[in-house]
Amino acid sequence: MDPAQFFQAARVVIVAGKGGVGKTAVTATMARAAALSGLSTLVIEVEGKSGLASLYGQPPFDYDEVVLSKGGGHHGAADVRARALTSDDALIEYLEDHGMSRISKRLAASGAIDMVSTAAPGIKDILLLGKVKQLEVARAADLIVLDAPAAGHAISFLRSPRGLMDAVRVGPINAQAADVLAMLTDPARCQVVLVTLPEETPVNELVETAYSLEDEVGLALGPVVVNSIYPDVVGLERDPTEAAAEAGAFLHPGEAEALRTAAHFRRDRMALQAEQLERLGDLLPLPQLRLPYVFAADLGPDDLAVLADAMLDGIRALPDLVGGTP
Amino acid sequence: MSAGRGLRPLVDDHEILVCTGSGGVGKTTTAAVLALEGARLGRKACVVTIDPAKRLADALGLEGLTNVPSQIDGPWSGELWALMLDTKSTFDALVTKHSTDAGQAEGILENRFYRNISGALSGTQEYMAMEKLYELHEEHDFDLIVVDTPPTRNALDFLEAPRRLTRFLDHRLYRILMAPTKGLVKAVNVAAQAFLRTVSKVVGSEAVADAIAFFQAFDGMEQGFKERAEHVLELLTHDRTAFVLVTAPRHDVVAEATFFARKLAEADIPVKALIVNRVHPRFTDAPADALRERARTFAGTDLGGLYENLADFALVASREEDNLRGLTERVAPAPVVRVPFLRTDVHDVEGLARVAGHLFDDDR
Repeated sequence: MDPAQFFQAARVVIVAGKGGVGKTAVTATMARAAALSGLSTLVIEVEGKSGLASLYGQPPFDYDEVVLSKGGGHHGAADVRARALTSDDALIEYLEDHGMSRISKRLAASGAIDMVSTAAPGIKDILLLGKVKQLEVARAADLIVLDAPAAGHAISFLRSPRGLMDAVRVGPINAQAADVLAMLTDPARCQVVLVTLPEETPVNELVETAYSLEDEVGLALGPVVVNSIYPDVVGLERDPTEAAAEAGAFLHPGEAEALRTAAHFRRDRMALQAEQLERLGDLLPLPQLRLPYVFAADLGPDDLAVLADAMLDGIRALPDLVGGTP
Repeated sequence: MSAGRGLRPLVDDHEILVCTGSGGVGKTTTAAVLALEGARLGRKACVVTIDPAKRLADALGLEGLTNVPSQIDGPWSGELWALMLDTKSTFDALVTKHSTDAGQAEGILENRFYRNISGALSGTQEYMAMEKLYELHEEHDFDLIVVDTPPTRNALDFLEAPRRLTRFLDHRLYRILMAPTKGLVKAVNVAAQAFLRTVSKVVGSEAVADAIAFFQAFDGMEQGFKERAEHVLELLTHDRTAFVLVTAPRHDVVAEATFFARKLAEADIPVKALIVNRVHPRFTDAPADALRERARTFAGTDLGGLYENLADFALVASREEDNLRGLTERVAPAPVVRVPFLRTDVHDVEGLARVAGHLFDDDR
């Protein structure tokens, strides 16, 4: 499938996954890959301090939009921009936009936001999603990539509009929730990309999350991103002493053993990963985009380039129907 | 390898172990292993999990853990019990306990605002975890209770959780809402009404009406809640309570664990042990750069591939040690235990025993 077409399938992609699966790296990768395909991309963070900026070699950002990577170059890449949203900022902006700037300052100053969000749980989430929806409607970018909250919060985050519509049956928040829900459930506007690792528990959790988002919220699921797959290297099956003799090399004492045990470890883990990839495919009939484990010191722009290339290769290998409604 | 034996006193000398750390680092499994060790040492141990993915149930081969402790049979001299925290029913029980009569309890339990709080107020899960811990400690005769905390982003959430509701009750808005029954002067009431009208514009008047009904029903119960919250905090800072920090060696996870350690220190709570899960093995002491160079020299041959692979893992191992250095220094003299990548995930008692072998440094 053509990557540009792939990234145009929905205007908002929500990247979700449990803690520790590399959700933020996948968000960064997806934004970079989309920009390389010529789509201007806006990354939205909702939890702060994610380290996403450092993948682009940039300092951390907050509510004000920044450019993470400038477009141009011979690929005709587009910009990647980013901003972080907080529910407090979103609430104040919302109130000001709705002619309630007087109350907005008072709410913020008195700490009554907690109170308000208790009266209507999910209100913070709806304010964040409402802001995302506003950016989507305003076409702030060709593609908006939202790094969803981690851990178990992703489901409640995405379920918040339905819950809120029950709790608050009239008024502007109800209308806001309805608008957000309309965006979430329209596959041409919004898709969820779930991230996992090729390991047993993360695979189980991903499958659970996938069905719950589809059935309970009515979200459209894009491909699953499986992160941290060991790339193959040659010679893992070979006996190091034989391989050395063949290459005319001399091994230091103990070196053959180190080479052997390390090769065994990788083979072992690769076999386990392959098993889990297959199991995931059996449990969840969604296409998979596989990203390599990056053996590097802390991930930086070079690694991001490797990951973005891997993602683009994966997308090109997908059949054409993916992303649309078959 | 004396670090491994260093965890024995952790289980021996404490009545409560609180496992903290970010999500996905194996906290639940670690909590189960510590409780199992208590049972193995002849004690009556209970593990409390709040993980919604029911992973502990998996780890113990148990289906359907409930909000009350259930016993797990096995070849240990003590007893092993487990329960899965149900936030809402714990909260309901707390309300019932502090109500003056059945009518008051019912009025609260059926209030929509209360149902929202008990299910969704941020920090409620943490609060109820600590409440459950207190209840288990006070009302049962466990020698050891191990709690798995929610994967909270804010390290202080669970420490502050018991204070949260009481602070909420002290809130100005609460007092404003209660003003009509407390006989305050009319001027306050007028201001309150104006404020409520604007809040109603945002969340709808039904929600505000529910909130007022809730606080009126709650009247008279605050004191009981506050006292209880103070007791919970005392328990958490008691010297028979130990905090165990669980992490993985990845850079971002270590950064969160370090943040956690700092916050605990600020609250005068020492980290009594650091457990690092999913550590890559170290196959060689040769530097990764030198191995990478060898790989380049023999590029295209099988030997080149073997060096490439060794270089990969040498890099990962040294990077993991670099990541952990600052954290291990920060928690010193707490013992640090490294648990290697396991071949399979832990979902039975044998799996827990394998992890225990690493934590307590013996063969089993």
